[in-house]
This record gives sequence, structure tokens and C-alpha cells, in this order.
Amino acid sequence: MIKITGLSYGHGAKPILDGIDAEIPAGRITALIGPNGAGKSTLLNLIAQQLAPSRGCISLDGMDAARIAPAQLARKMAVVAQNLTVASRVRVKDLIGFGRWPHSQGRLTAADRAAIGDAIELFGLAPLQQRFLDELSGGQRQRAFIAMAYAQDTGWLLLDEPLNNLDLHHARNLMAQLRSLAEQRGKGIVIVVHDLNYAISWSDHVVALKDGRAVFQGPVDEAASAASLTALYQTPVAITRIGGLPFAQYHR
Amino acid sequence: MADPAALDSRAAGGRNTLVLMGLLLGLLAAVSLFVGINRLSPGAVLSDPQALQLLAVSRIPRTAAVLLTGASMAVAGVIMQLLVRNKFVEPGTTGTNEAAMLGLLAVTLLTPAMPLFGKMLAASASALAGTALFILLARRIPPERPLLIPLAGLVYGGVLMACATFFALQTDLLQYLGIWMTGEFSGVLAGRYELLWLAGGLAVLSYFAADQFTIAGLGRNISLNLGLRYGQVLGFGIVTVSLVSALVIVTVGMLPFIGLVVPNLVSRIMGDNLRASLPVVAGTGAGLLLLCDILGRLLRYPYEIPAGTVFGIFGAAVFLYMLLGRRPHG
Repeated sequence: MIKITGLSYGHGAKPILDGIDAEIPAGRITALIGPNGAGKSTLLNLIAQQLAPSRGCISLDGMDAARIAPAQLARKMAVVAQNLTVASRVRVKDLIGFGRWPHSQGRLTAADRAAIGDAIELFGLAPLQQRFLDELSGGQRQRAFIAMAYAQDTGWLLLDEPLNNLDLHHARNLMAQLRSLAEQRGKGIVIVVHDLNYAISWSDHVVALKDGRAVFQGPVDEAASAASLTALYQTPVAITRIGGLPFAQYHR
Repeated sequence: MADPAALDSRAAGGRNTLVLMGLLLGLLAAVSLFVGINRLSPGAVLSDPQALQLLAVSRIPRTAAVLLTGASMAVAGVIMQLLVRNKFVEPGTTGTNEAAMLGLLAVTLLTPAMPLFGKMLAASASALAGTALFILLARRIPPERPLLIPLAGLVYGGVLMACATFFALQTDLLQYLGIWMTGEFSGVLAGRYELLWLAGGLAVLSYFAADQFTIAGLGRNISLNLGLRYGQVLGFGIVTVSLVSALVIVTVGMLPFIGLVVPNLVSRIMGDNLRASLPVVAGTGAGLLLLCDILGRLLRYPYEIPAGTVFGIFGAAVFLYMLLGRRPHG
């Protein structure tokens, strides 16, 4: 479990995050939702220890995350950032191989090679594996980075807007793979998603942020009600159920 | 699924490239030993003790100096490009060389009797400070504007150079500045180039951190995610680049473009995974510079054109081609 206590980031009259308390369950998919500028990405980066909070703390499976050594943290948690501009020319296969760095420090074992092959196959990157990153489309690059995080084989997986550049097919595929990682391999997955329907139909748990504060959180079926979502986005949202799954109607 | 046959053929291809490059370098080195004002034929080496001495005192040191300089400058360039995450930088466009010259000038003024090794240390320290300052500066430039970084570097280097010129002018040391600014190898003799082995050693040392540099080139976030101590890698890289630049300036003078052109040429074909590409970068740098030095010796025989000038012309042409023929990033 990730337990966030009194977490703030940024100073002055309007901090980016202001006293967040939240619990993110292990072995589940948790979606961070909320309007633009709510602080979702900042929260994700704070959990990933890419940023240091101005106040508060984050505990990861009972340990103070700030005190875990970087090399050890890299075996517990993998993160895929939103902005993936890369200036250097690295092959897809080599990039995914770097996902094994925390385990092998560059000397790949048979198990590492198996994990790399597995990641390439799972994310449909076999035909692209010898291509350079700068020769890929945005969506292909996104998948390569997610495959790298998958190869890192950590108990926690943090993804910032993973659906950003993906088409319908790949977006749905990715969510299905995350689902099976959570259900079958017990991985805790935290995603920032914009598309409300992807969030509520695929995840188990939501944490809703607005103006740097956590406004509601809990299991999707309880927390993500029409009333709370309407208030969160200040837009009328109706929830219907299609095939047993919640569907948000907010388009008109 | 990974295709083992394809992987094997790639590894074998890499080995073949290295073998071919080694052969070419050997051939160039052999040519370099027998080109110069004093005629020397391979046959004479066996019978004439004077020929042997010429070889030992002048030709072998010169050839070794060119190879070491070319290789270590190319390696310094590729490390700089990965650390700054920009393909258009090298120690000559980031103020490193100019900062080294400022340090050299200061030590020449304050303690003229300082031995070469001490001067080298002063130049290194000042190159280190200059490079670190540039990296801090470069971090504030958004990565979406890749051409701003080399432009800022050129301005920064220009300001440092202006300071150096001012002080040199005031103290009648302009001639020294001129010597440091033109990289050439005609003065290389046994006993006067050995510092360059240090630069070569640093280039070899950096190979052990090849993966770390490649990961650092993917950015701070990815480095942190993989548990890399980003600050340490950055520090090691800056030290390597600064020391190599200072060593080269102190012994043979400034050689622009090698660190810029060579890594870009190699990157086009092999990419930036240093584990595979660093030996090729070093070999290409050494080979191209030696070729330029041999050309410099032959073009106006019996006079010489500095290797730095020959490489400058070649490098400028390649650089322009790179700028104009840049593919848009997807």
C-alpha cells in the first residue's frame, strides 16, 4: 500500500498540492482523476520520488519512500513520464533492455533476456525492436517506454497519461494488460488518465484531485458517483451501466 | 519475439566493423610514420640508426599524439552531447575550451615557471568550472528548442574568449593564445606529448560507464526511475570532458569540430548506445584526425597546414550538411 500523509508541494499562497492524504491499495489499479491543473502529475512524480515534497510524507509498503536508496527503489517502482522527448538515438530493444538495469547493472542474464523478450511481445513491438526511438510515432514510442517499465518488473507501476498517443486498439489493449498485471501478478498500478470512461471502467480505485486537494477517493463503484464527478469537473455527468460496467455520459 | 539469428549477425557485424576499423587505423598509422620533411623509407629503418631515431623521437610520438587526441576528443564530444541531451554541442561550443584557455592564461601570468603538468591542472580546473556553469545554463533552456543550446554555448564561449583576449592583450600574451587556439602536431616530439596518454586513459575509463552515460542521455527522469545516481554520472562526465579538453589544449592546442562531427556521423548509423558505439566513435575520431594530419603534411609539402585547420574545413562542411539535412523529429 502507498500511504500519503499531509503531502504538500510548492510554496506561497497557491501551492500545487496542499495537504493530500490518500491511500493507494496494492494489487489494484488506481486512477488519479481531476480537471486540468489539479496536480495529478505532480502527485505521481512525488510518489515516484522524482520530486521532493515541501511537507508531508509517502510510505511505500510500510517504508518511508524518501529513505529508500535509489537502486532499491528502482526494483520496487517503475514510472513512465508523460513527456517522452528523447534526443538520443537508442533502439527500442536496447531501451527495453535498460529496464533491466536495476536488476542486472548492464550484465544481462538469461532471465533478463526472457523479460525483455516478454515485454517486446506483450506490447506488440517485435517489428519495431531494431528501430531507433526517433524513428517512431508518438504512440509507438509511448508503448516502448511502457514496455521498458514492464520489463523493470516492479511491484508498483506508475503511468502518467499512458493513453495519450494511443489509438483505440492499443489503448484498450494496454488497459487490459494492466488489468491482468494487477489481477494475476498482484502489481499495484497508479495511472493518471484524462478519459473518464477509461478511468471508471478499468480501475478499481480512484483518487480525485482538484486545485491541489484530494476531494474524494475510494473504490470506483462507491466514490465515482454522478454527483461527485459532476462537482469535480463542474460539468453535468450522468452514470449509466453498460454490460455491467459504469459509463459516464458527459458529452452533451 | 527476439530473433537470435538476427542478434548474432548484429554482434558479428559489430565485431567486423571494429576489425575493419583497426586495420584502417593501422594502415593510416603506417603511412603517417613515413610522411614528413625528412625522407624516411621503410627499408631505411632496418639499416640506418638515424632513421630509427627519427622514428622514435618524432614520427611515432606524432602519430600516437594524433590518434590519442582524435579518439579522446571524439569521446569527450559524445559524452557532452548525451549529458546536455543535444546533438549540436561539443567542448568547443560549450565554453569548455575557452575556460581552459583562461585558466592557462592565468597560470602563465601568475606563475610562469610552473611545469607543464601544473599548467594542465590549472587549465583542467578552470575548464571544469566553465563546463559546470554551462550545464547549469543549458538546463534552463527548454529541450524543444534544440538549436538554442549551441547558440547559447557559442555566446558563452565568446564571452570567455573575449575576457581571455583582453587579458592577453594587456599582458602581451596574445601569441600564446594563438598557439593554444590552433591545434597542430608539427611540434610533437618524444617527451612533449605524453600527457595525451592521460586523455586516452580517460576515454578508456569512460567506456566502463558507457551504459550510465547512455541512460543519462535519456534524461533525468528516466535515470532516476532506473535507480541511476544521476548527479554522479553527470559529475563524472563533466570531469572527463574538462580534463580531456584541457589536456589536448595544453599539449597540442584547440581542435574544434572533432567532438561534434564524429559522434554525429556514428550516431546516424549506429545510434547512441555507447556500449556499442563508443569504440567506433573513438576509432573514427582517431582515424579522421590522422587523415587530416597526413593531408596537412602533404598538401603544401614541404610546408605544413595545421591538422586543426584541415579538420575545421572538413568538419564545417559536415556540420552544415547535418544542420540543413536535419530530419524532423516524429
